[in-house]
Amino acid sequence: MSGPDLEVRDLVAGYVPDIDILRGVSIAVHPGEIVTVLGPNGAGKSTMIKAIAGLVPIRSGSILHHGRDITGRATHTLVGTGLAYVPQVDNVFLRMSVAENLELGGFAAPAEAARRFDQIMILFPDLARLRHLAAGKLSGGQRQMVAVGRALMAGPKVLMLDEPSAGLSPKLVEIVFAKLLEIRGSGISILMVEQNAKAALAISDRGYVLAEGQERFAGPAAALLASPEVGALYLGAGSRLAS
Amino acid sequence: MMQVIVDGLVSASYVSLGVVGLSLIYNILNFANFAQGDYLTVGGYIALIFVILFGTAGAIAGLTFGWPLIVAAFGAVLLTGLVAELLDRSIYGRLRRRGSSRITLIMASFGVALMLRNIVVIFFGPEPIYYAFAIQPALRLWGIRITPNEIVVVAVTAALVVCLHLFLTRTRLGKSMRAVSESPSLARVTGINVDVVIRWTWLIGSGLAAIGGVLFGIALGLQPNFGFELLLPMFAALIVGGVTNIYGAILGAVLIGLAESLTVQYFAPEYRQAVSFVAVILVLLVRPQGLVGERP
Repeated sequence: MSGPDLEVRDLVAGYVPDIDILRGVSIAVHPGEIVTVLGPNGAGKSTMIKAIAGLVPIRSGSILHHGRDITGRATHTLVGTGLAYVPQVDNVFLRMSVAENLELGGFAAPAEAARRFDQIMILFPDLARLRHLAAGKLSGGQRQMVAVGRALMAGPKVLMLDEPSAGLSPKLVEIVFAKLLEIRGSGISILMVEQNAKAALAISDRGYVLAEGQERFAGPAAALLASPEVGALYLGAGSRLAS
Repeated sequence: MMQVIVDGLVSASYVSLGVVGLSLIYNILNFANFAQGDYLTVGGYIALIFVILFGTAGAIAGLTFGWPLIVAAFGAVLLTGLVAELLDRSIYGRLRRRGSSRITLIMASFGVALMLRNIVVIFFGPEPIYYAFAIQPALRLWGIRITPNEIVVVAVTAALVVCLHLFLTRTRLGKSMRAVSESPSLARVTGINVDVVIRWTWLIGSGLAAIGGVLFGIALGLQPNFGFELLLPMFAALIVGGVTNIYGAILGAVLIGLAESLTVQYFAPEYRQAVSFVAVILVLLVRPQGLVGERP
């Protein structure tokens, strides 16, 4: 299969009727790519990823996953098709243990659960030590690892992350992003939405800049990093992203 | 003193079995079901129908009932579950999909409670009814008065609480239920079919309530109001223990039961109903998240 892993075409969507947050956005994620979506607050970045995950009513446009139309499918059925999503907040079950969080993620693919559990313990060695602790007792960075681990348990082809660096120290951001590179190395494509443009583009292949519910710029990550227009749109007039 | 504890545990049993459903549904659907008490009533009376059909022959040694009531209890669980499921589909589910407010749902459940209670009155009348007209002498064990039927009440409840714990911590459905009660949206994202979990939650919550109703009938006899009268201690148990935690709710039921029997023993039986109110007020003042609940 040579087509994109995930393709969003002219998507129009919004939480309440008559107010469109997304106004015809189109993006694509090709196999093995890390794609970052940037944009100012309110541009619709999170809304787009939630719409793909089936959490926002879609008015028009389509979402294709491996060429299959998944527009409007029930959220809980998407995991089984190979599309996993890590929300920005409330992304772990706080009252359940680390092991239980991962186990729940594996319900979508029970046959592979034990093997994947071991793989995730290797990917995130910290979690092995903490596996019996309630996720609510963990630090922000550890929680993010549980959240990503839970998503990986289903054996996705595409991993979607909503601001994986939010609330983390620069040191932890570095660690989390290094893990994302490792995950991509195992053949999983990644689509993430980020505020932390510089760090995210540094590990990405391509990027999109969203504004007012549409993609305004698209291109290789390095080109976006160097572009003065992107810097202006993203960080406010006059400032340069790559400074 | 031991007598007070034993009496407290007996009355805590019915409340515990009722409060499980209240707690699960509250956490999963954000809905305080005021008809939960009447699920105990429905369960108790459905068992009575079975008893009328099968008779009360073959009482087990020392008890006032035999195998027909055990069969009746299973029947009560299934049929009460069916009633709860039908009510959710025909009433609560519709209101939820329409985006009705919490108050609307609570009022609807009040209506359901009245309806269930009065259906019971139509068929069985308002007078107390017993599964068997047998007088059972109380045993004296280490100076504590307890009837064999009451021993069954406490033992069955304890066994069910242990089963519930194993179910919630060891099975796929139980874990999914805990996940949905913590965050329905994250559960969906994780691939859990929340609608299926909601259906099972109604079945389990109302099934346990039905057993609570049968146990109440065994120990004290049935009356159309008994479930509704347990609703206040059930809500008190929920608030005292901590709304978000099912084990807290069961602990709350035990504490309310003990407080009630202390009151009956050392003050006056008339204050029994007031215990729940006092407990709720105290907990809300001192520790609003409940004894084992977390702060939101």
